[in-house]
Amino acid sequence: MSQRQTIAELGAALRDGSTSSRELTERYLARIAALDERLNSFITVTGEQALAAADAADARLAAGNGGPLTGIPLAHKDIFCTSGVLTTCGSRMLENFESPYDAAVVERLAAAGMVMLGKTNMDEFAMGSSNETSFFGPVMNPWDTDRTPGGSSGGSAAAVAAGLAPVATGTDTGGSIRQPAALTGITGFKPTYGRVSRYGMIAFASSLDQAGTLTLTAEDAALMMQAMAGFDARDSTCAQASVPDYRAALSASLEGKRIGVPKEFFDGGLDAVHTQRLRDAFAVMESLGAVIEEISLPNLGASVPTYYIVAPAECSSNLSRFDGVRFGYRHEHATDLETLYKRTRKDGFGSEVKRRIMTGTYVLSAGYYDAYYLQAQKARQLIAEDFSRCFERVDIIAGPTTPTPAFRLGEKLDDPLQMYLNDIFTIGVNLAGLPGLSTPCGFVDELPVGLQLIGPQFGEATVLNFAHQYQSRTDWHLREPPLAEEVAD
Amino acid sequence: MRFLMALTKEDVEHIAHLARLEVSDDEIAEYVAKLSGIIDFVAQLGELDTSAVEPMAHPLDMGQRLREDSVTEQDQRQALQRNAADVDDGYYIVPRVID
Repeated sequence: MSQRQTIAELGAALRDGSTSSRELTERYLARIAALDERLNSFITVTGEQALAAADAADARLAAGNGGPLTGIPLAHKDIFCTSGVLTTCGSRMLENFESPYDAAVVERLAAAGMVMLGKTNMDEFAMGSSNETSFFGPVMNPWDTDRTPGGSSGGSAAAVAAGLAPVATGTDTGGSIRQPAALTGITGFKPTYGRVSRYGMIAFASSLDQAGTLTLTAEDAALMMQAMAGFDARDSTCAQASVPDYRAALSASLEGKRIGVPKEFFDGGLDAVHTQRLRDAFAVMESLGAVIEEISLPNLGASVPTYYIVAPAECSSNLSRFDGVRFGYRHEHATDLETLYKRTRKDGFGSEVKRRIMTGTYVLSAGYYDAYYLQAQKARQLIAEDFSRCFERVDIIAGPTTPTPAFRLGEKLDDPLQMYLNDIFTIGVNLAGLPGLSTPCGFVDELPVGLQLIGPQFGEATVLNFAHQYQSRTDWHLREPPLAEEVAD
Repeated sequence: MRFLMALTKEDVEHIAHLARLEVSDDEIAEYVAKLSGIIDFVAQLGELDTSAVEPMAHPLDMGQRLREDSVTEQDQRQALQRNAADVDDGYYIVPRVID
């Protein structure tokens, strides 16, 4: 029997009194204790705090003050600062870091009454597409533990797919929510840039980073987004746009709605079975009344090189704060300040992070800035304009989330370019600041693959509506790995 | 325009210094190979015609928000310094900078 339940189901059971937050929290903690040694999806488990928060949620529910998220357990990606609990960002640099404050996302979800089970594993500083760059070891895919769950939010994805948490937060800079969601068969949602506050979310590439969710359904993503979205003065790029009722938007009909399918998404690379899974998904959308139209994103090919200039450039700038002086790891043997910086950073960062710092430093350095960084920001403008042009004609853009299902652990680790090319379908969305969602749409070689839905800026409600309607006609999002059926004793 | 990039050992040492990263000889050799591959890959953007394009300044085309010039932060020195490796009397301690 399935051990996975949605927020909507758990919330109903909490409100009608058939379960308590303490009971749920104990059950998920027991599942983590029994099953996570096979996944390594958590870096820190916060059992004691979770039970205290669960009791507080139960009191709130008993007093009739509970909301839709009150008493629901969740896991936070270890990139969100949590006071009183370690925040490592998957790095040796922050192995012992305890934030003096909570991230805005953590604060908002705690205020809604959610119960934090722990902090999930991730690629170091969110730099990776396989969760193998974590200082705390790789995460295993619950569908096949010889394979990666994707990354960088790999721990969050694996935990939700295996039923170790009903929901987890994630961050998406180039696909880090949508790609692991696709590879583990769950729903991953990244909202518009600036929709959710980045305050307290450790920065990788500040013009691309955005917080989102890994859930079992689009409905759960809507429930989470309702609490997470909104203005926060502490993030200078947080949008002041009002927050619509996402859940109410889920039930809108797709009759006459237009779905654009970029022809470049199918220009090669995707295998025949994978292509067929997507064609099947488009047919479901058509049966719901939507109209499929071919569109073009002519600069799609430029998105990978553009991203791998912009993101490393911003990373090299953001990560310059790790100097061994104010927080984080410090090298013990240095007799002068410059050596202290250099040795701290040599030992504190892993190889992929250092590779990106080096790349970013190079493209920003004197004599190269115009050829690389400035050219990339121009290419980025072209990529964003391609999307805007399409959204004059269509309501949503649909295509694959990833080029392949989950690859084997170690398969691409020594070849950074192969790893980077894996992001081809997801990074344009970040470069253009758009909302994007991945929902399961079937299997290739017995492994789940995702359908990606992309909306215009602040089109979260539209994306969630399409995903929910698709999930109401299909059951791919209900398929689960055998691990999710195991009962913890 | 296609500028094929191959980094030299000296380039790598220079970048590592700018990034304040100590690199061993083995690492230098690896960076020469892998960074050259990455730089060469991203350099293909040089072929894209962007002569009529303004570079993107902000993904939402939003200006910088301003606020009143008033104190909003409280003193949290003690809480913030708890994460430092070495502090003394409210100061961060580093190796001697001036002889």
